[in-house]
Amino acid sequence: MAQWNPFTDMDQLRRDIDRAFEEFASAEAPAHRFAFLPGRGPRRYPLVNLLEDKDNLYVEALTPGVDPQSLNVTVMQGRLTVSGEKSRVAADVKPEAFHRSERASGKFVRTFDLPVEVNEERIQAEYKNGLLIVILPKAEKAKPRQVNVKVA
Amino acid sequence: MMAEKTVPDYAREKETPGREVTRSQERAMTPPVDIYETPEGLVVKADLPGVAKDGLDVRVENNLLTIRGRASHSAPGELVYREYDLVNFFRQFELSERVDQAKISAELKNGVLTLNLPKAEEAKPRKIDIHVA
Repeated sequence: MAQWNPFTDMDQLRRDIDRAFEEFASAEAPAHRFAFLPGRGPRRYPLVNLLEDKDNLYVEALTPGVDPQSLNVTVMQGRLTVSGEKSRVAADVKPEAFHRSERASGKFVRTFDLPVEVNEERIQAEYKNGLLIVILPKAEKAKPRQVNVKVA
Repeated sequence: MMAEKTVPDYAREKETPGREVTRSQERAMTPPVDIYETPEGLVVKADLPGVAKDGLDVRVENNLLTIRGRASHSAPGELVYREYDLVNFFRQFELSERVDQAKISAELKNGVLTLNLPKAEEAKPRKIDIHVA
């Protein structure tokens, strides 16, 4: 005769709950690692600031540890797309060697609608100290124009 | 091996008076780190976007590793939309005696600080030769 053991039941319940959440967080990619990844995490990546002056728009993106070679910046029909990959620490590091693993890694892509028309031929991008800066010259018709006020 | 000294929630830390190390920082962010062990020692990687070499201060005093970074924006112009603010980075770890503090090396690349903390000689695993009589 099987004996009722509350601990077995509790263990079973724990497994059921784990299984229910498996779809959100599989064993090889725990949920906290998603935080930096697009789509799956609650945060957008990369985070950006948009700045402007009379002639240009500037997009500054927070992308530490991203291999500049993997960065891809495209502009099409008024939409700016930034994609790239934040590489993992050396692949030969075993999971058990980690004391802390807070820096997420992986591929990312993010698209923005630009607020004004830009001159797509003259866009520049630079990567410095983990920041990506995209310089988007405004199209001639998007630049502010000084209007002289005549005094009658 | 490596105990965190920084309280992650900086706001709470600020309420604790008498901590000289944190009082000097008006506003600081805790950078995310990876810490892993290699046969030679420990490697610490910290994301410090916007921190240039001269804005970075890494020091070891009394087994306390302190990482301080002064971050600055690179883009000119007037801010029209903001998702982040670059403030200062601050984090502290307590090192064990087993790290050879004289041989610590640091590299800053693409906004990521990599610290190599070699193990002290006596802490490395050693194979004992067995003599067969």
